[in-house]
Amino acid sequence: MFVFALFASMLLCVCIGSVNIPIKNTLTAMWNTLWGLEMPEGVSKNIIVNIRLPRVINVALVGAQLSLCGAAMQGLLRNPLADGSTLGVSSGASLGAVISLAFGVSIPGFEYAGTMIMAIGFAFLSLLLILSLAYVLDRSMSTNSIILIGVIFSMFTSSAMNLIITFASDHARSIAFWTMGSLSGTNYGQSGILLLSFVLGGGVILRYACELNAFAVGEDNARHIGVNVRRVKLVILIAVSVMIGVCVSISGTIAFVGLVMPHMTRMIAGPNHKRLLTSSMFSGAVFLLLADLIARTIISPVELSIGVVTSLVGAAAFIVIFYRTRKGR
Amino acid sequence: MTKVLEVRNVTVRYGEHTVLDRLSFSLQEGQWLMLAGPNGAGKSTMIETIFEGTPYTGEIFLEGKNVRKYKPHLLAQKIGVMAQKNSVGYGYTVEEVVGLGRYAHSSGFLVNRDDEGKKLVDEALEKTGLMHLRKASVLTLSGGELQRTFLAQVFAQNPQILILDEPANHLDLVYQKHIFSLIQEWLAFPGRAVLSVVHDLSLAKKYGTHTILVNGGQAAAYGKTEEVLTRENLKKVYDMDVYAWMRGMLEQWTEEN
Repeated sequence: MFVFALFASMLLCVCIGSVNIPIKNTLTAMWNTLWGLEMPEGVSKNIIVNIRLPRVINVALVGAQLSLCGAAMQGLLRNPLADGSTLGVSSGASLGAVISLAFGVSIPGFEYAGTMIMAIGFAFLSLLLILSLAYVLDRSMSTNSIILIGVIFSMFTSSAMNLIITFASDHARSIAFWTMGSLSGTNYGQSGILLLSFVLGGGVILRYACELNAFAVGEDNARHIGVNVRRVKLVILIAVSVMIGVCVSISGTIAFVGLVMPHMTRMIAGPNHKRLLTSSMFSGAVFLLLADLIARTIISPVELSIGVVTSLVGAAAFIVIFYRTRKGR
Repeated sequence: MTKVLEVRNVTVRYGEHTVLDRLSFSLQEGQWLMLAGPNGAGKSTMIETIFEGTPYTGEIFLEGKNVRKYKPHLLAQKIGVMAQKNSVGYGYTVEEVVGLGRYAHSSGFLVNRDDEGKKLVDEALEKTGLMHLRKASVLTLSGGELQRTFLAQVFAQNPQILILDEPANHLDLVYQKHIFSLIQEWLAFPGRAVLSVVHDLSLAKKYGTHTILVNGGQAAAYGKTEEVLTRENLKKVYDMDVYAWMRGMLEQWTEEN
């Protein structure tokens, strides 16, 4: 069902846009390009293959990874409100990306590598900082203190970013892009990088589905049934930071996907991570594809940031979830 | 009698506060060792140290080898711990939580559904009277049902040493009796041993072969149950006449004729 929904929405997103293209033409264009065939008359290959298709692929990959990261963090921290954006990991990653942009950190020969490595490094550092701070302040690492620290950390990074904008005003536009997120103008090269991080990070996380179940039941219980708590936690956190770092360096911060989608998926697929992780990937991809579709069509030809759409949906869902978990206690 | 678990000079400090102070004891095959003592004596902390749930100094040996040198899943194949406080974050089914007890036996790259494990999970559910609840969400369970769920998990884990923190917690009298005789049956197989924290000294007296009376992180008395739970020892530790209190309780149950 999830696979079907994914392909249906991918196709839909390729077809609809400032120029609507019939499904038949879209499919022919893709088919013919794949096999190197001649393009029939009246089919706009350029829009489909060079603009929309890479964008749709990248949106799906980013959505899947953000959602998977959210699901993993929610299980690991046993906290339905955990996610890269509520914990401040993605704002940390965007701070890293912005710093490398403003100060021109780059590795010769690789155009994106500097930004990407900074984003990944900062994502991991912020995760470590937030969790250790939470541990020092509150040994039980309760839901609320972790989220509070995440919020404070996000505020700190946004003020740091404002500071950078003040000093590097010529980069202001590209920095603003990182705070809201957008996937316009992405290319196949980025798809490759996203796919790589998806396969590596996602593979690691899927392999730890059983351990995540144990963590979601309780960390003490996980230790008692023989889970190598420290190692599993570290490996999952690294995988999450790599995926979030890569996503942020390509798409900017897209809030709430990782929070809302695993949560909604859990209602359908149940809490068992063996099903939850894969289902979350698909639902995250579908959600982000639709959000991207809304972002680029609703006030066409002007394009909204994708983060605006996900935040609007996400903020409402966040309140509902928070209210319900408080009441359930 | 072979020594299966040995605890040597275990000390735990939280800042200035010493929770456990050079506690030593050993557990031998066939023994049911009761860890008794007033609130805050350090009983639960002692149990936490075995899987390094809390930092400690001193040594704990399992079959002559330091537990710190065991890989977590190998340790869990030998020792099963049921903690005092159990709560579950998400709505897993009873069966899923009990099934987690098989983790230590199934880890590895090949996810082979072990038939023996399936049988053990079914047996554990049966023994703890949870068969009818196997598909129920753990969030809907009562305190006693949740307690039995985690007991079933540790039975499914099928260790050689059972370590139970307050197994009678939340259980009604029927289940207290049921679970304690269950553990006694379990213990009858060769190579097994039980260590449990209990508050109910009557249970300690009835089921414990040996008892260690802990007070202020130190062993106040240690040995055979009948030699440890004496009027004098209890008076020292609890600062009250436990015997008189227990007799008084018993008198409530004399049938009026």
